Amino acid sequence: MSKFKKKKGGELPAISTASLPDIVFMLLFFFMVATVMRQNTLMIENKLPVADQIEKLDKKDLVMYIYAGKPSSRYRASAGNQARIQLNDKFADVSEIKAFVLAERASKREELIPFLTTALKVDGSTNMGLVGDIKKELRDIQALKINYTTRTGSATDNLK
Amino acid sequence: MMKKSAPSVNAGSMADIAFLLLIFFLISTTIETDYGITRKLPPLIDKPTEGTIKEKNLFRVELNQHGELLVEGATMRINALKEAAINFLDNGGGSGDLACSYCKGSRRTSSSDNPNKAVISLHNHRETNYATYIAVQNELVAAYTTLRNREAQRLFGKTFVQMEKDLKDVNYSGNKKILKENIKKIQFLFPEKLSEAEPKK
Repeated sequence: MSKFKKKKGGELPAISTASLPDIVFMLLFFFMVATVMRQNTLMIENKLPVADQIEKLDKKDLVMYIYAGKPSSRYRASAGNQARIQLNDKFADVSEIKAFVLAERASKREELIPFLTTALKVDGSTNMGLVGDIKKELRDIQALKINYTTRTGSATDNLK
Repeated sequence: MMKKSAPSVNAGSMADIAFLLLIFFLISTTIETDYGITRKLPPLIDKPTEGTIKEKNLFRVELNQHGELLVEGATMRINALKEAAINFLDNGGGSGDLACSYCKGSRRTSSSDNPNKAVISLHNHRETNYATYIAVQNELVAAYTTLRNREAQRLFGKTFVQMEKDLKDVNYSGNKKILKENIKKIQFLFPEKLSEAEPKK
């Protein structure tokens, strides 16, 4: 009787998967910390123009987004093919911007209201008329800090 | 008698649960940060002030519906706009009270007196393309930034862009109060006076 049994040859030992949950949890925590919730589902084409004199828009909770552009192909039948404004997941009219800004302001703490920025995410092929209308509404309601959101690149690429 | 050991909980499905959560977060969140040109809109005034700006202190930039750029009435390519704006702002043609000691321009009397007086007026048409407008905005902002960088380099030994970056940097070792004042000084030397009229019909 021997204490040392001969190992059975051939068969590989199973790889332990006990640490797999740990690895996945690590990834999960990374994504939970480093990302923010997606806010809006775009219903318009949104190919932003490029610029290089840009600043970072940090403090995402102090930014309200106004999207504008031509409705994407799914919505073209119902919304037409002229450039439209999108606020909070739905198409909106220029006159609804004031209500939108007021609602955003109401949801913020009072001392933060002066720091609210409006980010204009406008498709490059939109006419300036629509953008001018948006700006006029924003001026009417004293939302003067705006940011033309762009991609990074040389400005002359816009003309191609 | 041996004590019964507690049965171990099967943790095999923990990975599946974690994966499920992971995939949820992957699809419902974004990691991107936005960048853009930050501007301040002028407040609404009932009566616009007129006639106080001299013609020579005004740099007219016009964009028509075909995306053509008109600077002081002459067509210009967008690549040349930055240089033209710099020449206008940095001209320093004034004398006496209006003299500009730090300007390095050609000091022509037909162009702006002082960067404090110089106003760039941007006109656009309702049918102008937004991308073209952004390109023009970008070039005009670039003109101001170039001049501010030059002065900041001369006075404080680093560029204006770097100063603004330092101001936001939490790990900046210097005195932020002084830095803030220095930034104000530079902004006073070259104030951003960019006026935009309502788009033409």
